[in-house]
Amino acid sequence: MTHYEKIKTLEKKANDIRIDIIKMLEEAGAGHSAGPLGMADIFTAMYFDILKHNPKKPDWEDRDRLILSNGHIVPVRYVTMHHAGYDITREELMTLRKLGSRLEGHPSVKRIPALETSSGPLGEGLSEACGFAMARRLKGREQDYTIYVLMSDGEQQEGMTWEAAMFAGKQKFNNFVGIIDRNNIQIDGFTEDIMPLEPLREKYEAFNWHVMEMNAHDMAEIISTVQEAKSVHQQPVLIIAHTVPGKGVDFMENDYRWHGVPPGEGPEDKVPAKDQAKRALEELEGK
Amino acid sequence: MDYYLDKNYLNPKKVESKKMRDGAGIGIAELGETKKDVVVLGADTAGSARASFFAKKFPKRFIQCGVAEQNMTGIAAGLAYEGMVPYAITYAAFLIGRAWEPIRTTVAYPENHVIYVASHVGIATGSDGPTHQMTEDITLTRCLPGFTVIAPADYEQARKAVKAAYDLKGPVYIRNVRDATPNFTTEQTPFEIGKAQVLREGKDITVVGHGLVVHSLLLLAEELKNEVSLEVINMHTIEPLDGDTLLTSAKKTGKVFTAEDHNIRGGMGSAVAEFLSENNPVPMKLHGVMDEFTESGTMEDLLKKYKLDKEGIKEVLLDFVKI
Repeated sequence: MTHYEKIKTLEKKANDIRIDIIKMLEEAGAGHSAGPLGMADIFTAMYFDILKHNPKKPDWEDRDRLILSNGHIVPVRYVTMHHAGYDITREELMTLRKLGSRLEGHPSVKRIPALETSSGPLGEGLSEACGFAMARRLKGREQDYTIYVLMSDGEQQEGMTWEAAMFAGKQKFNNFVGIIDRNNIQIDGFTEDIMPLEPLREKYEAFNWHVMEMNAHDMAEIISTVQEAKSVHQQPVLIIAHTVPGKGVDFMENDYRWHGVPPGEGPEDKVPAKDQAKRALEELEGK
Repeated sequence: MDYYLDKNYLNPKKVESKKMRDGAGIGIAELGETKKDVVVLGADTAGSARASFFAKKFPKRFIQCGVAEQNMTGIAAGLAYEGMVPYAITYAAFLIGRAWEPIRTTVAYPENHVIYVASHVGIATGSDGPTHQMTEDITLTRCLPGFTVIAPADYEQARKAVKAAYDLKGPVYIRNVRDATPNFTTEQTPFEIGKAQVLREGKDITVVGHGLVVHSLLLLAEELKNEVSLEVINMHTIEPLDGDTLLTSAKKTGKVFTAEDHNIRGGMGSAVAEFLSENNPVPMKLHGVMDEFTESGTMEDLLKKYKLDKEGIKEVLLDFVKI
C-alpha cells in the first residue's frame, strides 16, 4: 500500500468511526458528542498506525500505553477499539451507559483492562502516566515502549495537571508523549472565556517540555508529528492537537453546546432534536 | 491469648516511648530489602514523615514528588497499574485530605494496591495546630469501598502493619502518631490485619480504642479494677472491622465505650456503632475529638484539655459507667 493509499484508508476508517459514535450516542441517549468526533482522527491514527499493540493480547508487556485522561470522550475509544479488533462487539457498542454494560459512561479499567486506567474526573491522567513512566524506568524498559497520554484542553485548568507537568519535566522522560485536544471549548463555553489557557505552548515549554503542534484532522500530519515526537530524547513531548469539536457534523462543529450532549438532546436552533442523529449520519455517510 | 506485652507495660515510667512514624519508616525500609517491587513516594516530608529510612537505603526506588500530594497519588496509581507496590508517605492532612478525590478515582475505584502511610495524625500532632492535626482521615478512607484502614497502637505495631500491608490487595491506609508514645507491645506480639486484639478481658464494659489511647485504656483497666471490670480491645484495623470480636465482647458486657484521637463523626466509634446497632444494640458512648477543631499545644497539653489522656478518658468513662 502506498503512503497515499494508507492515508485514504485511515481517513475512511475515521469516518466509519464517527458514524458509529453517532449511532452509539443516539442509542445511549446520553454522553458527549463534540470531543469524540473531534478526536476520531487521532484515535484512528493511533490504533491503526502508530501504537505498538495487539488487540488479541491487550496485556502484552511491550505494548505502548495509551492513557485517556479526559474520560468523557471514551465513546471514540470504545468504537475505535471495536474496529481495531479488541473484544468489544458491535452489539456491545450499543449498550453504552446502560445497566450491566462494560461500557461505562466514563472508562472503567476493571470492566475493560485494555483501557489501561479508569478516568473521568479531570486532570489526573498525566499524573498516572508519570507513574507508568516511573515503573517503566525502574524496570529498565524506558526504550521498550512509548507512553501516550491524551488530555483535553479544559483540564489544563486543573492544578494537578501542572503538578504532573512539573514532575515530568524534572524526570526528563524518554518516549513520553502528551497530546492535548485543543478544541477550544469546554462545557460552559470557550476556554479563553472560561479560563484562558494561552499561551499554552509557552507554559509547557517553561515546564521543560518539548512542544509541537499539529492539525489533528490531517492524517498524514498526525502520523508524522507523533513519529517526530518519538525521536525527542530525555524530554517529555507535548503535542498541541488542533481539532474542531464536533468534526464532521456541520451543525455540531465549533459549538460548545455540543460538548456534553448526544444527538437528540442538542441545541435546536439549527436542527430539531428528533432529526439530529439522522442528519449527522446523512452527512457522515455522504463523505 | 498471650499478647506478649512489655512486662512493664503497666508502669508508664518503665515503658520505653518510641515514635510510630519511626516504626513505619523502619518497617518499610526493612521490607524493601526483600521486596524489590516496593517503591516509596514522598512529598517534601521524607525526613519528618520518615520515608527517609527507605530513601537512604534505596535511593533509586524513592520518588520525591515535591509538595504535590495529588500528583503523588496519581503517580502511585500509575506504579500500581504496572505491578509495583507503592508506599505514599506524608502528613495525614495532605496525604488523605488534599488528595481525596484522586485517591477515590485513581486508586480506590480501580482497586489499585497503594499503601498510604501517614504521620501527624490526630490532635497528638500538637503545636502545628488544627491545620496539621488530621482528625477526619479515618472517616475519609473507610467510606471508600475496598480500603483497609489501620491505626497501629505503638511503634512496634506500626512496624508490623506496614509489612503486613504489602500482602493485601487494594488500597491501604495506615495512620501514625508524630510524637513518641509508650511502646507497650513487643516483637513477639502477634499482629493480624482485621483481627482485633482483646488485650485485657473484663466483664462490665467493653472499651475499644486504637492508636495512642490503647495504652491509656490498659492503664485505666488496671487502675479501676476494683470498681469496674473493663474489657480492653485494640481495634487496630478499623476497616474491615472485626465484628466477631466486638459481638462476643458486647454480648458479654452489654455496654461499649470507644475512645480515639479522631473526630467522633465517622471514626472508629462510628464504625463500631454502625456494626452493633445492626447486630447487637447496646448502650454506647463515643469519645474522641468532639467534632471541633482544637488548637496548638504540646501533645500532653492537648490530650489533657480534650480529655484524651488517661485522666480525661477516665472522667468520660466513669460518667458513662454510672448510667
